[in-house]
Amino acid sequence: MNSLPLILTVFVACAVEATEALTIVLASGLTREWRSTFQGMAVALVVLAIVVAAVGPALTLVPLGALRLVVGALLAIFGVQWLRKAILRATGHKSLHDEASAYLREVAAAKAAAVTSRRGVNDWYAFTLSFKGVLLEGLEVVFIVITFGDNQRNLGAAVIGAAAAVVAITVTGIAVRAPLARLPENAMKFAVGIMLTSFGVFWGAEGAGVSWPGNDASLLGLVPVVALVSLGYTALLRQAARPTAPAVHPSQEEVASS
Amino acid sequence: MKRLKAIGAFWYDFVIGDDWRVAAVVVAALALTALLVHAAGVNAWWLLPVCVFGALGWSLRRATAGPKP
Repeated sequence: MNSLPLILTVFVACAVEATEALTIVLASGLTREWRSTFQGMAVALVVLAIVVAAVGPALTLVPLGALRLVVGALLAIFGVQWLRKAILRATGHKSLHDEASAYLREVAAAKAAAVTSRRGVNDWYAFTLSFKGVLLEGLEVVFIVITFGDNQRNLGAAVIGAAAAVVAITVTGIAVRAPLARLPENAMKFAVGIMLTSFGVFWGAEGAGVSWPGNDASLLGLVPVVALVSLGYTALLRQAARPTAPAVHPSQEEVASS
Repeated sequence: MKRLKAIGAFWYDFVIGDDWRVAAVVVAALALTALLVHAAGVNAWWLLPVCVFGALGWSLRRATAGPKP
């Protein structure tokens, strides 16, 4: 398979996670202390690098069929959960994930916490907040990179997609010094949910032993089918919600959250 | 013990998410697919997509049955 779809899928998925991590890091750095925030971020990145270095090469030793079965199942479960959330948010059944309000919540909590020094870190709260945020969001990035990269036997392309996303979001965050509230996060989650579900179904079924009609080319049919079904569910729920609440189209989220 | 519980809760949330039924349907569909392919010789490539779409619809229906936030 061409590397470009792999790079683009990993890029968008990792951009969503990087945006959420950036919100936490900014809240910690701007309201507490940058030095401790960077220390927390650096330690989290080291832990993530160790996970990639340990798990990534080890997975290449697993037979491809077994790997695709397990990873396909996980990706399909992940993908459906992402789609579920995105559809519920787009139809007004769940609050939109708003980076601006998430940022304000983190800022309020950071301002209320006391400053304590521990283990050579000036501000332990800033350190742990930044460490947890980067580690938890980073774990999702690592999961996506390793599963997509190993399944396609092209870890390099997946790493390029993830690194590009993290750099793009970090540079934008440094430039605006504010949470990226204008990113259409729900639309991005919707798109990522479609890709994760499609790849998960494709690899999972292949791992279970099926031969897809047209082999790899069937993914080109599977992606639009998953998209159409998801949009169909969105339309159905929007129609059902119409008398009581105004619905928000996935692509209109930035308007709704601004 | 408390830390172990927290780690377990994190991994449950990370892998399973908001609705465990989705995970159960996906795993059951994969098992049934493998059974059909290896035991009955049926190339059941269509089974997993159908089950995944069904699971998504079922989960959405359950989530929207209650009051809105």
